[in-house]
Amino acid sequence: MHHQIYIGLAIILPLLGTVMIWMSGSRPNQREVVTVITSGLTFLCVLQLLPEVLAGHQPELHVTELLPGLEISFKVEPLGMLFALIASFLWIITSFYAIGYMRGHHEPNQTRFYMCFAIAISSALAIAFSGNMFTLFIAYEVLTLSTYPLVTHSQTDEARRAGRVYLGILMSTSIGLLMVGIIWTWAAAGTLDFTPGGILKGKIDDGLVIVLLFLYMYGIGKAALMPIHRWLPAAMVAPTPVSALLHAVAVVKAGVFTVLKVIIYIFGADFLTETGASIWLMYVAGATVLLASLVALTKDNLKARLAYSTVSQLAYIVLAGALATSHSLVGGAMHIAMHAFGKITLFFCAGAIMVASHKTEISQMRGLGWRMPFTFAAFLIGALSVIGLPPLGGSWSKWYIALGAADADQLVFIAVLMISSLLNIAYLIPVFARGFFGPREEEEAQMAGSHEDHGDHGDHGDHAGDHDTATHDAHDASDAGKRIAEAPMLCVVPLWITALGCVALFVYSDWLYAMLSPIVK
Amino acid sequence: MLREHLPVLVIIIPLIAAPLCILFRGRDQAFGIALLATWGSFACSAVIAAKVMASGTLSYELGGWPPPIGIELRIDALNALILLIVSGIGSVVAPYARNSLLLEYVEDRSYMFYCAFLLCLCGLMGVAVTGDAFNLFVFLEISSLSSYVLIALGFDRRALTASYQYLIMGTIGATFIVISIGLLYQATGTLNMADIAQRLPEHGYDRTVIAAFAFLVIGVALKMALFPLHQWLPNAYSYAPSTVSAFLAATATKVSVYILLRFLFTVFGVQFSFDILPTAVPLTILAILAMFIPSIVACFEHNVKKVLAYSSVAQIGYMVLGIGFVTMTGLTAGILHLFNHALMKGALFLVLGAVFYRIGSCNIDRMAGLARTMPWTMAAFVGGGLSLIGIPMTAGFISKWYLIQAAIEKGWWHIAVLIVASSLIAVIYIWRVIESAYFREPPEDLQNVKEAPLSLLIPAWILVFGNVYFGIETSLPVSMAELAARSLLGAN
Amino acid sequence: MVDFFGLYNYWIVIVLAMAGMYIVIARGNLIKKLVGLNVFQASVFVLYISFGKVSGGTAPILLKGVVTYSNPLPHVLILTAIVVGVATTALGLALVVRIRREYGTIEEDDIHSQDGHT
Repeated sequence: MHHQIYIGLAIILPLLGTVMIWMSGSRPNQREVVTVITSGLTFLCVLQLLPEVLAGHQPELHVTELLPGLEISFKVEPLGMLFALIASFLWIITSFYAIGYMRGHHEPNQTRFYMCFAIAISSALAIAFSGNMFTLFIAYEVLTLSTYPLVTHSQTDEARRAGRVYLGILMSTSIGLLMVGIIWTWAAAGTLDFTPGGILKGKIDDGLVIVLLFLYMYGIGKAALMPIHRWLPAAMVAPTPVSALLHAVAVVKAGVFTVLKVIIYIFGADFLTETGASIWLMYVAGATVLLASLVALTKDNLKARLAYSTVSQLAYIVLAGALATSHSLVGGAMHIAMHAFGKITLFFCAGAIMVASHKTEISQMRGLGWRMPFTFAAFLIGALSVIGLPPLGGSWSKWYIALGAADADQLVFIAVLMISSLLNIAYLIPVFARGFFGPREEEEAQMAGSHEDHGDHGDHGDHAGDHDTATHDAHDASDAGKRIAEAPMLCVVPLWITALGCVALFVYSDWLYAMLSPIVK
Repeated sequence: MLREHLPVLVIIIPLIAAPLCILFRGRDQAFGIALLATWGSFACSAVIAAKVMASGTLSYELGGWPPPIGIELRIDALNALILLIVSGIGSVVAPYARNSLLLEYVEDRSYMFYCAFLLCLCGLMGVAVTGDAFNLFVFLEISSLSSYVLIALGFDRRALTASYQYLIMGTIGATFIVISIGLLYQATGTLNMADIAQRLPEHGYDRTVIAAFAFLVIGVALKMALFPLHQWLPNAYSYAPSTVSAFLAATATKVSVYILLRFLFTVFGVQFSFDILPTAVPLTILAILAMFIPSIVACFEHNVKKVLAYSSVAQIGYMVLGIGFVTMTGLTAGILHLFNHALMKGALFLVLGAVFYRIGSCNIDRMAGLARTMPWTMAAFVGGGLSLIGIPMTAGFISKWYLIQAAIEKGWWHIAVLIVASSLIAVIYIWRVIESAYFREPPEDLQNVKEAPLSLLIPAWILVFGNVYFGIETSLPVSMAELAARSLLGAN
Repeated sequence: MVDFFGLYNYWIVIVLAMAGMYIVIARGNLIKKLVGLNVFQASVFVLYISFGKVSGGTAPILLKGVVTYSNPLPHVLILTAIVVGVATTALGLALVVRIRREYGTIEEDDIHSQDGHT
């Protein structure tokens, strides 16, 4: 059937785009156009698969068989469809944002940046569509490797150190733990195909299920369970479009997506609840939720705070997976979408603030809201979604996870969810609030003083090319502190689109629920 | 008519071409002869391999004298695979040698290089082809002597001491092998390997045979650089000219592993080698030590050639580990790794040769930032490196996968974990080089290095492409390895 | 006891082999190592020829009236092995000459200290 083509196309198009970006390296405008068109076309391909999935079919694509029983194959089911939709849609938005940010900041090596972006998206889509654990593992590794140059983009010593932490944790967990788990699964079950109800029932001793689950959960380093979460805050050294990509779209979502896929299609939700093998995971995830939120409270650097917030939110999804009830699994899947939109909005805002005012620390952002109202308003929307308040999408996913906790008789985790919501309020709302407090005069003088220090994202490379007048003003020293205006359009429009997405997800959440419910049938 | 004589042609072609190189002293003429000889050998090997896969073991009587009196050339799936490897690597390295030598050897004496190269090729092919034990020793020594010469051609004076050390250790190893052959001859009265295999059980496994076994295993271990008898390898591979390193790293030790396989399984037989004598235990232990200790040493070396040399010692460990399992899967894994390692190491050393050609050094600090000025070269390194680590879609992954499967089949979980853990160490030492090349600034004097010439790049990329191809389309090496393993195990 | 002395050639083999290996390992002079290697190889020659002796057999040259000959095959093998040994020694000596030219010494310790590694 011809729907198979779209699976292959969706994965290959970004790779073709990479080659074309490389060829257009010397002509920035052409290169940006290539990025945008590729992302648009990829999204269209992914969209073609949606009707099939909604109708209950699962398009498959078998590529090749490496060894008997080990094949590279793809199969689209609702969870994967959701991830693919998010990844490809947000790629379009992030591309626009990245164009604005990279140019506004005069970042070097932009061609390499866009190329690695495209490869990362391709591997994220491959993860989304993977039909067995082997294919997923390959794509997972490609994702790690392709995002490494993005993390170390600025090539300072700090970036290199962060890159080493990033690569070290992700590669050692994936090779040392995940691969061992995969091999074990293969030896026990004889197959690695994703099958509803799991493939391990009856194939493995009950006592050993916990060990295997441990290997998977800590082998999937991208899900950032404590204590292997360190790579996430370390990766903050990357430019903000990368952080937005990492923390909303590709890397972390690939992690928790894999967690859910493993729980649903390798172990099987019922198998897990029968053997009680995931109870330890509930506690670890719950602890991560709370601890990460507490750490977020202590961070003054906005991106660091958002990073720990992400660790906490990811643990929601892992918790949902560990609870392994219908409601919690669907809720966890929904949270992938909700958190994606919410967090990307927050990161876009952080980046916009950085481009417009060169501020990275929250304590410096007093009164900035008056200067950048659109940005801060969007920040509020994103924050409310992450906190989980209606009318934003995050509320629905939290609701379902809580429902799932009740179903599983694990009421303590409802308390965990509520406390964490309170903590979320505590570390997100002040950012918004601070933007609108503090007198304007005083703040102008403060801007004049602090405007001189540019931080490490100062004027690299060439200053030629298009500047947005707004950013040009922000850089112009003679205008010191006079007008910190709103961030460039290319940054503000995307973040409003994603903010509105949060609202839309609230409104259309039952459609989302309907799409996802087959995964727990 | 020629087809009947194919088995002997693979030896004769390089053997005759070698003195021809000395006759025709011009640089281009000698090069042309070497090229034709290696490609001709490869063509013959390919035909032989196809024949063996189709119709089973090939047998050829040298000079028409029937065995066991005459020397028999006997080619089954295992030999065919080795022939393919050796001649394949030879035919890729030969075109590479021409430019690489420009820097590393005296130009007007290059005919001597080609002569030694062809003799080495002839020796290695002869080992792979022969069915007679003493003939094997003779060819082994032909290849060893010429490899001592080849190694000593390195520009660094340490190449001389490295070659000398290899000579001493290699000769001791070969002498042990010849003692073993002598003892076997005394026990059975024949030198034909298949015949020995038949007569040994009748003779009984007395002290003579056990002594022969012991001498053989130690002798071969010296030749194939099984830890801890690997001392000669790091220096020999590091200081030899790059062409030579690539060729030897991809062929010499593989052929020694073949000798081990042939004697352990075909001549002595599985029953004697592994059931009566507990050979699997020390082999497995040494293999595991080999997988770890040289890898760890590799992480600290600054000369990238040394890193790869230690890595080779570790990879030999994987092969011996596969042999130590003594199961279908284990043997298949070991034999597969023979094939894959030849591809990997060949590619990596060829890349290093290209690097050396441009910057005159293989020091990891001198290679900083090289990815910017020599992108294709370093991309080839990444390709070979990924295969070495065992990333899926590369050849290295396939053999690692089989090894782990073999370990799980036997229930040896700890070994499976150890295999994975040692792969992690490989990540470290490959990553060091990649980080230096891609993420550091080049030194002052190397800012304007040009990309390597095509004659060096293309052979390297052919091998890298082979890595990827045989990592995806695995039917050829896997089927040959399985056939080989089956015949080795079922030989009794 | 008869066996002990009757097998004297094998004892010679063992003594020569041990002596040869000892020289290779224990002596630091490169030429002495080669000599040791030669001694070791010589022991192998004696071993092979000992195999070939058939009790009551004469030298393996066709003679009228002689029925039992010693086995000629080991002699042939040894000729080959001797050639290999000669080639190896020649190569080794050539290397020693070059080493002498490059390092100025043929003592292993001095060479190692010149190269600066253990």
